[in-house]
Amino acid sequence: MSKYIYMDNSATTPVKKKVLDEMIPYFTENFGNPSSIYSLGSNSKVAVEKAREQVARALGADKNEIYFTAGGSESDNWALKGIASKHKNKGNHIITTKIEHHAVLHTCEYLHKNGFEITYLNVDKDGLIDLKELESAITDKTILISIMFANNEIGTIQPIKEIGEIAKSKNIIFHTDAVQAIGNVRIDVKELNIDLLSLSAHKFYGPKGMGALYIRKGLQIDPLIAGGGQERNKRAGTENVPGIVGLGKAIELAYENLEEHNEKLIKLRERLINGIQENIKYTRINGHRTKRLPGNVNVCFEFIEGESLLLSLDIEGIAGSSGSACTSGSLDPSHVLLAIGLPHEIAHGSLRLSLGDFNTEEEVDYVIAKLVKIVDRLRNMSPLYDKIKEAK
Amino acid sequence: MYSEKVMEHFRNPRNVGEILDADGIGEVGNAKCGDIMKMYLKVNDGIIEDVKFKTFGCGSAIASSSMATELIKGKSIEEAMGLTNKAVAEALDGLPPIKMHCSVLAEQAIKAALLDYSKKHNVHIDGLEDFDFEEDGHENVDDEDI
Repeated sequence: MSKYIYMDNSATTPVKKKVLDEMIPYFTENFGNPSSIYSLGSNSKVAVEKAREQVARALGADKNEIYFTAGGSESDNWALKGIASKHKNKGNHIITTKIEHHAVLHTCEYLHKNGFEITYLNVDKDGLIDLKELESAITDKTILISIMFANNEIGTIQPIKEIGEIAKSKNIIFHTDAVQAIGNVRIDVKELNIDLLSLSAHKFYGPKGMGALYIRKGLQIDPLIAGGGQERNKRAGTENVPGIVGLGKAIELAYENLEEHNEKLIKLRERLINGIQENIKYTRINGHRTKRLPGNVNVCFEFIEGESLLLSLDIEGIAGSSGSACTSGSLDPSHVLLAIGLPHEIAHGSLRLSLGDFNTEEEVDYVIAKLVKIVDRLRNMSPLYDKIKEAK
Repeated sequence: MYSEKVMEHFRNPRNVGEILDADGIGEVGNAKCGDIMKMYLKVNDGIIEDVKFKTFGCGSAIASSSMATELIKGKSIEEAMGLTNKAVAEALDGLPPIKMHCSVLAEQAIKAALLDYSKKHNVHIDGLEDFDFEEDGHENVDDEDI
């Protein structure tokens, strides 16, 4: 197998041909500013509104509830900061979890420095929150609950419907970071009582630097970016028209083929998990075994370190990611792996392989075969492995 | 992010393994931080005749161990004592700032093995009096290196 095997689809995905084809004309001949009144401008406006409709349809929302942003991080920042500043007179308490993306966690740290109290909910060994803990964390000062739909590292999908019901019954605003879930889980924002939802196009075969925030009709929120009157005065800046067109097409394609996509990915995922478990000793699969993203595999190989694993895979032409300290640029391994209770030394040996629409069974089998050799080689270099062998 | 030299030593590390009748064994780092280095020395007449290592850690930790063993093999104890982490990093054509502690660990692993040798064989080695191999190397990197 000579080609590069890409198994890091949770990091980003390639833009699909059908998506790119729709985007291209909006870079060149249809370059008009949607705010201009001449036809070149209004053509762009029509394209933007069509994409808004496509996003709304995918989420079960109304088109006036969709606001385009420059990505998932902006959407998360906007949701949290915009709600916090608009509703600060009602209370200063926000509930989130220990396993959120840094776009939420670091925004919470910022809000904490500015007078907000933040509760970080624990998760169990599978990465699920406890609904009772959520209920008991709510106070009369709580204005916002922000809980991710599906985790980017371990793939665990939270009980979003139940969380939405709790939030609604207590009259608290509910935001979910659905960046990893979109294109993998069918979502109806009304049925799930979601008030705000963040999404990012490049996670489902759309362009990078392009996202959206769903804001339930009637919900009051301050803008994050001030300026012109774009996005109904809520998000200033000339629209990224090709990006918006790409987002619209990508989300439409994702939901047209959702069942097929999920069935294929779950099959590949199970083949990969079973192959690893059957052929490599001292491993553990992280994340909930069934309530997980269809393409997510997260596994710890004991006695070895994640970065050396990634380098070895890269030498073999395989792309994955890890939650080890050496790959995070800090001294601690991933906050998600620590939150599910893994000891540091085990968390250092984590590998995430995230499957996508372009992966095949042959690739999965190739990766398993290479992993067997790589893990064996690194373990034979590891003094920790010697200790286990001596103990036996 | 890594130099060709680092990748070359990561791909083909020199002197991996154990020495069963080693004269000195040193282990530094800890699993919690994600890196452990263990060095085995065979010493004859003040010369390091053989050296082997085992490392749990990232690519630069493995490459640093490999390079450090190459730099001291066949050398005198005094020369091995003179090996600095900067020399290890330079021999690898540099390490990213955040990985400098890997070279510190390699230097310390050698000193820890020499300390073990000096205790077991009742030999005095200059410069080991204040050596504290309990540190994991993270604190020993100068701020300017990060």
